[in-house]
Amino acid sequence: MDHYTLLNPLIGGILIGLASLLATVLSGKIPGISGVFGRLLVLATPDPPSVAAATYGVAGKTWRAVFLLGLIGGAALSFALWQSAAIFRPMRPLVVMAIAGLLVGFGTRLGGGCTSGHGVCGVGIGAKDSMAATLIFMATAMVTVFIYNRAIL
Amino acid sequence: MKAGKLFLLLVAGGLFGCGLAISGMTDPARVIGFLDLLGAWDPALLFVMAGAVAVYGLGMLVLRRFASRNLKLPTASSSPIDRRLVIGAAIFGLGWGLGGFCPGPALANLGGLRAEALLFVPAMAIGMLLAQRFFGADS
Repeated sequence: MDHYTLLNPLIGGILIGLASLLATVLSGKIPGISGVFGRLLVLATPDPPSVAAATYGVAGKTWRAVFLLGLIGGAALSFALWQSAAIFRPMRPLVVMAIAGLLVGFGTRLGGGCTSGHGVCGVGIGAKDSMAATLIFMATAMVTVFIYNRAIL
Repeated sequence: MKAGKLFLLLVAGGLFGCGLAISGMTDPARVIGFLDLLGAWDPALLFVMAGAVAVYGLGMLVLRRFASRNLKLPTASSSPIDRRLVIGAAIFGLGWGLGGFCPGPALANLGGLRAEALLFVPAMAIGMLLAQRFFGADS
């Protein structure tokens, strides 16, 4: 897999689907990346203790941290193993990346999901709210890119 | 959670990160290439979504049909398409188009120690904390 072909996204997509399925079975939750990461950041919660312990206690934090560490490790290994996986072409100045990060963090936690939780899992099980969210973030992202690439670049 | 289960979650995370990297979704040029419909359009993200949605959707159908009743699986929630969801998804889309990173690829690029990710991920954490502080962690 030194050269990137359209088999790359197909194989990668299948792996992402399998990984999400495995994490769903193990955790009993929709393992969307923004939800997993966001809940890991919650140190205090107004939820009742019974709910709070399962999600935000040590047990809830441990599996979420392990899953995300696996994600980072799996990516690092792939970057090292395959040239096609290591391709990285920066598109935006770092200051734009910081603003984008703020918006992505805020928006995904407000909207209850990102490309994985809504886009892959929610759409996969036919959840109407996830389909709506996916259409909205795809459309706004496309409009943003259209404007940025033509008006700013 | 037992150690065996945690190990399998590490494997699941590993497969996820591997899938993101192999598919090219950790390359912002490829993601922005997909989002730029009127530019030199790159279909890769569509292939990723198609593969992932098909595997996850079919897998969940099969599990619901054949797995034991003790296995608790999340269902397609009847959560409403409300203002919170619409505005949140729109803000996410704005940030995604600006940076070319959604949360998974941003975290995955930490594995390559890329400056973009080292800056984007802490900013994303701040954005999440703000949303959760003012609007609650669960919609």
